[in-house]
Amino acid sequence: MITYAFRRLGHALLVLWATFTATFFLLYVLPGDAALSKAGVGGDGATLSPAELARVRADLGLDQPVVGQYATALLHALRGDFGTSTQTGAPALSMYVEAVPETLKLAGAALLLGLVAGTGWALLAAWTRWRLLRQALLALPAVGVSIPTFWIGLLLIQVVSFRWQLLPAIGNDGVRSLVLPALVLAVPTAAMSAQILSRSLEATLHAPYVETARARGASRSRVLLRHALRNSVLPVVTALGMTAGHLVGGSVIMETVFSRSGVGAITVRAVNVQDTPVVLVAVVFAAVVFVGVNLLVDLLYPVIDPRIQLRTARRTGLLRAGVAT
Amino acid sequence: MSLTEQVLPRLEPVPPVDPSTAGARADGDGGADVRPRPPRRTRPTLARLARQPGLLLAWTVLALVALAAAVPELFTDHDPLRPVGPRLTAPDSEFLFGTDNLGRDLFTRVVYGTAESVQAVVVAVLVGLVVGSLLGLLAGYLGGWVDDVLMRVVDVLLAVPALLISLAFITALGFGTVNIAIAVGIGNVASFARVMRAEVLRIRGSAFVEAATFAGIGRLRLLARHILPHTAGPVLVLATLELGLALLSVSALSFLGFGAPPPAPEWGSLVAGGRDYLAAAWWMASIPGFVIAATVLSANRIARSVNRHQVSAF
Amino acid sequence: MPVTHLLNPETRPEGRPMTPAVPQDEAPDLLTIEDLTVEYLVGGRRVRAVEQADLSVSSGEIVALVGESGSGKSSIAHAVLGALPAAGRIVGGRIGFDGLDLARLSERRFNQVRGRSLGFIPQDPMSSLNPLHRIGTQVTESIRIHRSASRAEAARQAVELLDRVGLPEPAARARQFPHELSGGMRQRALIAAALAGAPRLLVADEPTTALDVTVQKVILDDLSALARSGGIAVLVITHDLAVAADRADRIVVLRHGRIVESGTPDAVLGAPCHPYTRMLLASAPSLAAGRRRRSRPAGRSTPGATVTEPGGHRAPVAPTSGRDLVRVDGVTKEFRVPHTDRNQGWFRAVDDVSLTIGRGETLGLVGESGSGKSTLARLILRLTPPTAGRIAYDGTDIADVDRRGLRGLRARAQLVYQNPYGSLNPRLTVRQIVAEPLVGFGIGDRSARGRRVRELLDQVGLPGDLAERRPAELSGGQRQRVAIARALAPSPELLVCDEPVSALDVSIQAQILDLLADLQVELGLSLLFVSHDLAVIRQVADRVGVMRAGRLVEIGPADQVFHRPGHGYTRTLLAAIPGQGFGTRATGRAA
Repeated sequence: MITYAFRRLGHALLVLWATFTATFFLLYVLPGDAALSKAGVGGDGATLSPAELARVRADLGLDQPVVGQYATALLHALRGDFGTSTQTGAPALSMYVEAVPETLKLAGAALLLGLVAGTGWALLAAWTRWRLLRQALLALPAVGVSIPTFWIGLLLIQVVSFRWQLLPAIGNDGVRSLVLPALVLAVPTAAMSAQILSRSLEATLHAPYVETARARGASRSRVLLRHALRNSVLPVVTALGMTAGHLVGGSVIMETVFSRSGVGAITVRAVNVQDTPVVLVAVVFAAVVFVGVNLLVDLLYPVIDPRIQLRTARRTGLLRAGVAT
Repeated sequence: MSLTEQVLPRLEPVPPVDPSTAGARADGDGGADVRPRPPRRTRPTLARLARQPGLLLAWTVLALVALAAAVPELFTDHDPLRPVGPRLTAPDSEFLFGTDNLGRDLFTRVVYGTAESVQAVVVAVLVGLVVGSLLGLLAGYLGGWVDDVLMRVVDVLLAVPALLISLAFITALGFGTVNIAIAVGIGNVASFARVMRAEVLRIRGSAFVEAATFAGIGRLRLLARHILPHTAGPVLVLATLELGLALLSVSALSFLGFGAPPPAPEWGSLVAGGRDYLAAAWWMASIPGFVIAATVLSANRIARSVNRHQVSAF
Repeated sequence: MPVTHLLNPETRPEGRPMTPAVPQDEAPDLLTIEDLTVEYLVGGRRVRAVEQADLSVSSGEIVALVGESGSGKSSIAHAVLGALPAAGRIVGGRIGFDGLDLARLSERRFNQVRGRSLGFIPQDPMSSLNPLHRIGTQVTESIRIHRSASRAEAARQAVELLDRVGLPEPAARARQFPHELSGGMRQRALIAAALAGAPRLLVADEPTTALDVTVQKVILDDLSALARSGGIAVLVITHDLAVAADRADRIVVLRHGRIVESGTPDAVLGAPCHPYTRMLLASAPSLAAGRRRRSRPAGRSTPGATVTEPGGHRAPVAPTSGRDLVRVDGVTKEFRVPHTDRNQGWFRAVDDVSLTIGRGETLGLVGESGSGKSTLARLILRLTPPTAGRIAYDGTDIADVDRRGLRGLRARAQLVYQNPYGSLNPRLTVRQIVAEPLVGFGIGDRSARGRRVRELLDQVGLPGDLAERRPAELSGGQRQRVAIARALAPSPELLVCDEPVSALDVSIQAQILDLLADLQVELGLSLLFVSHDLAVIRQVADRVGVMRAGRLVEIGPADQVFHRPGHGYTRTLLAAIPGQGFGTRATGRAA
C-alpha cells in the first residue's frame, strides 16, 4: 500500500519533471530568439544594437550553454520561481496563480454540470424503451462533441444576452456572469461522459449478472440503478483526468469568448506576446491538474470497485479481476 | 472533445456469435458438410448510403468542402478580399451569407477560407498519424527500455491538454496556419501512439502470432504479414476521427487569433472577426461557425460509420 | 463405434439413485410447454431457433434439455424465464406455469414470478454475480424485491441459505465479495440466491459447464438433492449427455430447434430411436471406449504400441525402445505474481516434473484448470524457459539451442491450439495459412508448395475448394483442421495439442480425435495431448500423466491409470466423471 502510493507519487513527479523539461527546451531552445522576445522587441530586433542585445542576453543568462540555463531554471522552478513575465515584470507564477480562483469557479461549475447532465442523459437513454427516442438520445452526444464551443458561446451571447437581455455577455461579475460560460463549457464534458457511460452501460446491461438479477424479478429501474450504473461508471471516472485537462483547455476559449479574467485569458495574452515564462507556468500547471486529478481517481477506484486495491496497478487490476479464477 | 479516448474500447475484434442468439448457426464439419459461404460484403456502397440519409448528407458536405478547397472559383465570382456591396448586409439572395463590416461577401470569404482550414487539418492529422504511429510501433514491438522511454514521452503529451501543447508550440514556432497545424498534430501524437502500441501488443499477444513463430518466419515478415495489417485498421479509423477533432482545434486556435494574419479568410478567424458585430450583424460569427460545426459533424459521422464497418469486418 | 460402457463399477457416483424418485403420473405437471416456437431476427432475416417444442416438468422431477450449440436449448430456457434477447421473440405456443402462460406475460407480471416461484441458475458463476455487491446481498436480493424484508432479516436469511447449499462458514461468505470466492463456491451462492424466493421450478442453464469436473460433481449433487428432498422441479440445460444421463429423470434431445427424442434416460440412451441421438451417443467421449486408432498401420510398427479394437483394452505399452524423443527432468516453472492479496512473489505453475515422450507415442496430460498442464506443454516447446530443470529434445538440451537451432526445433515440434478462432490469422486464406511454414522453413519452390498445401488439406479431410476462404468463413471443426494442416506442413515429429477439441461440439470433437489418431498412425507422429477431459484423453493416449497444482501426481500406461489409479487424486477425478452410473445400467441390460 505504502510502496504503491510512493510509486504512484514518483510517477506523478516524473511526469511533472518531464513536462517542465520538454516545455523548457521547446520554448527556450527552438527558433524564435528568446532574448528578442524577452527584451520585448518582437519582430524588429534590428533597432537593438548588437552590444545592447548581448547585454540583454547576459542579463537573462542566455549566454550560458543551454544545459546550464536549464539547470538554473529547474532549480529556480523548484523554489517556485519561474522567472518574471516579460509583459508585466511580475513573477510569472504568482501572476498566474492569482488568476486561478476565477477559472476554478468556471471549470468547477462546468465539471459538475457536465457530469450530472451526462450521467442523467446516459441513464435516460438506457431507460427509454421507445426505439426512435432512444436512438435520438444516443445520437445527440455525438453532436455535442462536434460543435465548436466558441460558436455555441457566441450564439448564446447573441440570443440570451443581446436579444433577451437575460444574462451579462461578458465579464466576471458574480454568479450571473458565470452561467453562460459554465453552460457552454459543460457541453463537451456532458456529451463526452454521456457517450462513455452509454457505451459502458450497453455492455454492462448485457452482462450475465444483470441477466441473473432480472431472473430474480428485479425491475428495470432496479437493474439500471443498482446493478448496471455502478458497474458502468469506472470508465467515466478513469476519464476524469482527461476531462479536467479539457476543462483547463476549454476555459482558455471560454474566457476569450466571454472576456473573462482567469488563467485562460492570461495564457492567450502570454502566447500573443511570446511571454515564455508565463506559457511555461501554464503548461506545467495544466500537467499538475491532470496528475493531481489522476491521483484522486486512483484513490476513488477501490471505493467503487472492491476488486481494485490500491496496491494493484490500475490497469492490471481492472483487466485481470474479471478473468481471474 | 476527445473522441479518440472512446474509440479504444471499441477497437476489439467482434466476439464469435453467441450460440444462443444464432439459432441457425451451421455447425456441420469436415469435408462432407461444408458451411455455406457467407455473402461477402458486396452490397453496393450507394445502396447502403441511400438507407442512411444522415451518412449521405455527411458525405455530401465533405465533398462540397473538398471541392471548395480545391476550386473555390466554382462557387463564387467575387473576390474574397475586396468589398462587393454595402457593409453589414444581412443574408439575402445576392449575398447568401451577408456581407461583413468592410462590405466583403461572407460566402466568398468562407469558400476561399476552406483551402486554408482543410490544409491545416490534413497536415495536423498527418503529423499525428506519422509521428504517433511510429512511436507506438517502436514502443510496442521493441518493448523493454524503448517502450518505457517512449511511453513516458506519451505520458507527458497526455498530461497536458492538447490545446496547451498547441499553444506552447505556437509560442515557440510563431503564428500562422502551418504552425497551428503542426501544433495541433503534436497534440494528437499521444492518442495515435497509444492506439498503435495497444494494437501492436494485442496482436503480438494473439495466438495466431505465436502460431506464426512455429512457421519459422522472420521478424520482418511477422511484422509485415501478421502485425501491421491488423493495426492499420484501428489507426486509420482513429485518423478519420481525428479529422473532425483537428478541425475543431485548428479553428479554435485561429479563432484565438494565432492563424493567418487578418485579411486572409480562414474559418476560425472569420468567426473571431464577427465577434465584434454580434449585436449588429448576427450572421458574421454565426454562419462561419455553423459551417465549421457542420463539417466537423459530417467528418465524425463518417468516422463512426468507418469505425463500425472496420470493427465488423475484422 | 463404441457405445457408452461400464468403466469400473466401484467408481460409480452416488448422484442419481437407481430408482426414479417420483412416478410420472402422481404429480401434475408444473411447467407445460406446448407448441413453443421462438424466432430471432438475424441480419434482417427471421431465423427459427425453436420449432413447436412440447415439454413438461413436474414437481420433484429433473428434466434435462440436451443438444449441441445452436440446437435451441438455451432459447427454450430464456423463453421460460422471459429473458429472450431483444432480437428474439415467441411467435407461437404457450408456456404454462402455475396457472399462468409465461409466453404472454407482461414484464411487470413476469417480475412477480421470477425470483419467487421461478428460480434461475446461470451458466457461468464467474460473471453471473455482481462484482460490486456482497454475496449476502445478492443471495437475498429476490427476498428484498418480493417481500419487503428488513436489512437484518435479509442478512440472517442469507446466512441460512448459504448454509443450506453447504457453503462452509456461511456468515463470513455472506460478507465477502464474489472475487474472493472460488468458482464452485460462487455457483453454490448462485444456487442459494435462486432458492431465496422458495421457487417451485428451477431453470439451470449449463450450471456446471464452466467448472472443473470435481466441482461439477458437487454442484450436481446439490441440485439432485434439492429436487429430491425439496420437491422442486428442475429444468437443466446441458450439452453433456453424461450429465443428463446421471441426473435427469427425463431427457429431451433437441436438434436445430426441434425435439427429436424424449423419455427416461434408460429409454433415450439405452435404445435411442432417432439417428441424431445415436450419433450423439456414439461421439460422446467415454472412458471405456478405449484408444482410437482406426487406420491400419500399414507395414509400419510403432515402437511399444499395440493396436486394439475400439472398446477393447490395450496391452500396457512397453518401454519405448531407443532414445525418447522428449525427456523432461525435474522441471519447475515459477511465475511472478503481480501484487495479489497474499502470495506476493512467485507462483509455482509447474513443480519438479519429470517425464518422457517416446517416438510414435501419445502422452496424454490431464488435469483441472490451473494444474500447470498447459505451462508444461509450453515449456517443452521452449515457448517459455523453465525456472529449474532440464528438457531434452532428441538428446539435445533445448535451453542450449541458439536462434538457428530454435528454428530447427520449431520445424520438428509443432503446436495445435485450443482455440481455432484465435490461432488463425483472420486476414489470410486457408492456402496462405497452411503454406506459411513451407515459406518460413524454405521448403520447396512455389509449385511444390502448392502441391504440398493441397496434399495437406486432403490429409486433414478438407476439400480443396476451401483453400481460398478465410477463417471466418469456416466452421469451428474446419478451422481446427486447418490448424492441424499447418502444424503438419513442416513434417514435424512431435505435435503438441493443447485442448484441441474443448472448444468444439461433441460430434465434431469425435471427428477431430479420429483425424488425429489417423494422422499419428500414417505419419508416425509423437503426440503430447493436453486436456482437462479424462474421457478425451482416454481415447487418444497411450500413456497418461495426471497433474495437480503443478505436480505430476501419476504417470503410467493409460489402462493402468484408468483402471488401477495409484494416486488418490486420480481416483477422485475418475469418480467425478458423469455418465458412469448410466453406463452401469446400460451394460447391465445389454448383458
